Amino acid sequence: MDERGERLLKAWETPKGWRYWSAVNNSEVGLWYTLTAFAFFLFGGVLALVIRIQLAVPENDWLTPEQYNQVFTMHGSVMMFLFAVPILEAISILLLPQMMGARDLPFPRLSAYGFWCFLIGGVFVCGSLFFGVGPRGGWFMYPPMTTEYQTDVGPDIWLLGLSFIEVASIAAAVELIVGALKCRPPGMRLNLIPLYAWYILVVAVMILFAFPPLIAGDLLMELERALDWPFFDADRGGDPLLWQHLFWIFGHPEVYIVFLPSIALVAMIVPTFARTPMAGYGWIVLAAVGTGFLSFGLWVHHMFTTGLPGITIGIFSAASEAVAIPTGVQIFCFIATLLIGRVTKSVCLLFVLAGLATFIIGGLTGVMVAIAPFDYQAHDTYFIVGHLHYVLVGGTIFPIIAGLYYYYPFVTGKQLSERLGMITFWLMLVGFNVAFFPMHLTGLIGMPRRVYTYPSGMGFEIPNLISTAGAFVLGAGFVVLLWDLVRPKGGQPLVKRNIWNAGTLEWIAEVPDRPWGIRSIPIISTRYPLWEQDNLMSDVDDGKFYLPDAEEGLRETLVTSTVDAEPMQCLRVPGPTFLTFFAALFTGGVFIFSTYHWWVAAGVSGALSFITILIWLWTGTALIPEKDNKDVGLGLSLPIYVSGPSAVGWWAMFITMLGDMTAFVSLVFGYFFYWTVHEQFPPAEFDGREIIGPGTAWPLVSVGLGVVAWIAVIAARSSNRSDRSGWFYSMIGGSVLLAIGSAAALVWGPITAGMDPTHHAYSAAVCVLVLWTVVHLSVGVVMLVYCAARRLAGRMDARHDADIVNVTLCWHFLLLTVAVTGSVIALFPKVS
Amino acid sequence: MSKPMERHAQSEPRPMRQQLWWIALGPSIWAVHFLACYLTAAIWCEKFASAGSANSPLWWLIGVYSVIALVGLIVVSVMSFRSFRRGDPPVSYDFDDPHERTPFLGFTAYLLSLLSIVATLFTVLVFLLVRSCD
Repeated sequence: MDERGERLLKAWETPKGWRYWSAVNNSEVGLWYTLTAFAFFLFGGVLALVIRIQLAVPENDWLTPEQYNQVFTMHGSVMMFLFAVPILEAISILLLPQMMGARDLPFPRLSAYGFWCFLIGGVFVCGSLFFGVGPRGGWFMYPPMTTEYQTDVGPDIWLLGLSFIEVASIAAAVELIVGALKCRPPGMRLNLIPLYAWYILVVAVMILFAFPPLIAGDLLMELERALDWPFFDADRGGDPLLWQHLFWIFGHPEVYIVFLPSIALVAMIVPTFARTPMAGYGWIVLAAVGTGFLSFGLWVHHMFTTGLPGITIGIFSAASEAVAIPTGVQIFCFIATLLIGRVTKSVCLLFVLAGLATFIIGGLTGVMVAIAPFDYQAHDTYFIVGHLHYVLVGGTIFPIIAGLYYYYPFVTGKQLSERLGMITFWLMLVGFNVAFFPMHLTGLIGMPRRVYTYPSGMGFEIPNLISTAGAFVLGAGFVVLLWDLVRPKGGQPLVKRNIWNAGTLEWIAEVPDRPWGIRSIPIISTRYPLWEQDNLMSDVDDGKFYLPDAEEGLRETLVTSTVDAEPMQCLRVPGPTFLTFFAALFTGGVFIFSTYHWWVAAGVSGALSFITILIWLWTGTALIPEKDNKDVGLGLSLPIYVSGPSAVGWWAMFITMLGDMTAFVSLVFGYFFYWTVHEQFPPAEFDGREIIGPGTAWPLVSVGLGVVAWIAVIAARSSNRSDRSGWFYSMIGGSVLLAIGSAAALVWGPITAGMDPTHHAYSAAVCVLVLWTVVHLSVGVVMLVYCAARRLAGRMDARHDADIVNVTLCWHFLLLTVAVTGSVIALFPKVS
Repeated sequence: MSKPMERHAQSEPRPMRQQLWWIALGPSIWAVHFLACYLTAAIWCEKFASAGSANSPLWWLIGVYSVIALVGLIVVSVMSFRSFRRGDPPVSYDFDDPHERTPFLGFTAYLLSLLSIVATLFTVLVFLLVRSCD
């Protein structure tokens, strides 16, 4: 290796010893993430077997009803929140940069923070089961059961523990969107990106709009449980259906959020084993984007039996049928590719085929239950359990196992056994169908879901016993797979490079892999560069492309333009640190201590988390480089520091705030939802007391101050750019005072009027909007003070202004939040 | 008559709609129409529909939404179709040449607008078939 290679290797070296855990590089974090998600999957699988043992025979008393409820709740929650969503993030963090010839994703520390949040939150939620205090309200946590009838700590563990993990999901979504759009190799235009990246882009955007409504719902339910704000209490004007709306606006896209990334793996595997490029690239993009959109129009089909108007049911039934179109299109593309190609047999491809077949069966029963009259019969029966497992196992688990066989050599340099693989495959395929097919029948003859046992003599005995037997065969398949994964492979030779003779860029990785990701970042002009670009591998290895060196010993990767992938920036990405671990630990403390109402501990943890994150930002972001431009190779010189819409940080802020705005819109939706369901909202009086509103004046004063604060922020940005320090500091000072004034005015209205949030759902809805806005304004104030401190410390100047530019972007959203909150509570419906 | 490949090579696709957001336009129109229909119907059924009423203002509103949405979708699909057919490439979207991106985005946008038209018609159909809030 030449001197340049040595330097590059040094820059990307993985920390040794105990410092290994300070790594933030995508290959380490992605691997930990995958292993953790897989461990939670095994835990969820064991819970599934416990369920099947309990249901094997009628009138079984092996588990108490309480234990059973905890077990099935945890099975669903673990599989959805701790496996299905995290595994997609894990695999993407591991693979996406490699597929796009990037050295890393743009925010490695954010990925690491997300991983630690996931690990801490997951262990906390799972651990509750061993203390007998696990949540037992189902993975959907419907009130009033979880608000009035389960007053133990279980629902709090679910709400706070999983909200904490959702933070990690949104962090990953930000990372993956920016990664897919901005960190591609030069020349890799949008029509050339690997299909995996298209799918991940769609899914990440879906996460951004699907998770925040659930976070908003979690907030409302936790406020009801902890502080008695009656959002879901029908006696005090609340409505349990609001939770169902918020949950399923998340919950149905969620199904596609876990399905699309897995099918993305299929889209990578199929061309390799068919030895031909994917047929209908544009059609698959249609399928991914179309499914992404339509999946947001389906949520009410989980609520067909709640007594909604016929028209509403019709609209959602129709959309549920329509989504079958794009879903089907991609499957035809896969079949066409396999037909036109020369298919080579492997365990990996067998799992792909099993996945497609299983998913098609699940999809067809899905079309059945999308028809409302059928759903009325099948709702809450075992038919649904059969349906959803065909969808999820066919659409998610089998493709992920195919991906495991496909990418195992990429990660470890060793291959899994084809012989053991065949045993695994048949055990799983047979076991799965034996376990889940009979459930359709048990459901049709009337067995309800979520019951801890059933009486004999109703025809449930035999199909249940068969299901249990099948579940254990399926479990045996996983045991064989697990053995294959962990069995010592020391004597086994390393696989050859690009073992499957694939065409996509990730297979350029050396065996054993090196920490730099790729020796030099190539120019891409085809969809399958390893098949279609001559000498690509040797040219990359010889360092003939971009960034073959790390002269300054720093970690660097390229940022390119969104559509055409033209090089725009040499991005320096941060290296190992324990800050992200501590930030996650302290953030976790806030959620975990709050579960037990240990407010002081939660407050201390919150303060520590705040300080840690500030240190992280201060020392690791928007650093002023020692020179403006850098020669990245091939005669190209790129800027090191950029701000505004061409900077990855600006995109991250924009995307984060879109997610934040979605959560806020969900809260506003709740406010108007109450208006639609009440004859008169708010009523003049309730429970013998007059219903009090916040008045018109103070909320509008708050809006006015918010607008002026926002103008001052913009003025601060431009005075920084024109290097007028005095103006800059005064504008920052002014906007801070105005923002505090705006928050105070917003709180002052309800306080002087004497509003009591526990009185009625209206009072609670107003107060939660005020609370949300005040917290956001406080964050806005901290950001402004941070910018002033940055300039004072010489870490921000007229040209290096990313901090204030990003804060201004955030303030656009804050202004919208203040304006909507103020005008909604003041003017609609008008209460004085 | 030159061969399709040659024509494709010679053609100069118009550099229109290079933005990624163009492909999201069709589905977004569907989404807005869908949400508008759902919210209008939900509010109407909760607040204004009484037993036995013909619900006529509701049908008018939905009719107006639907005409606007369908006209919008047809415009998007025609523009996308023109964009990707420009230069008569045989299967332009499967080539890797420098001009290929516009046909690709145009083609994908075209497919998505067709899907959105179908999905929008599905929604309209509900209002034609289900005539009451019950």
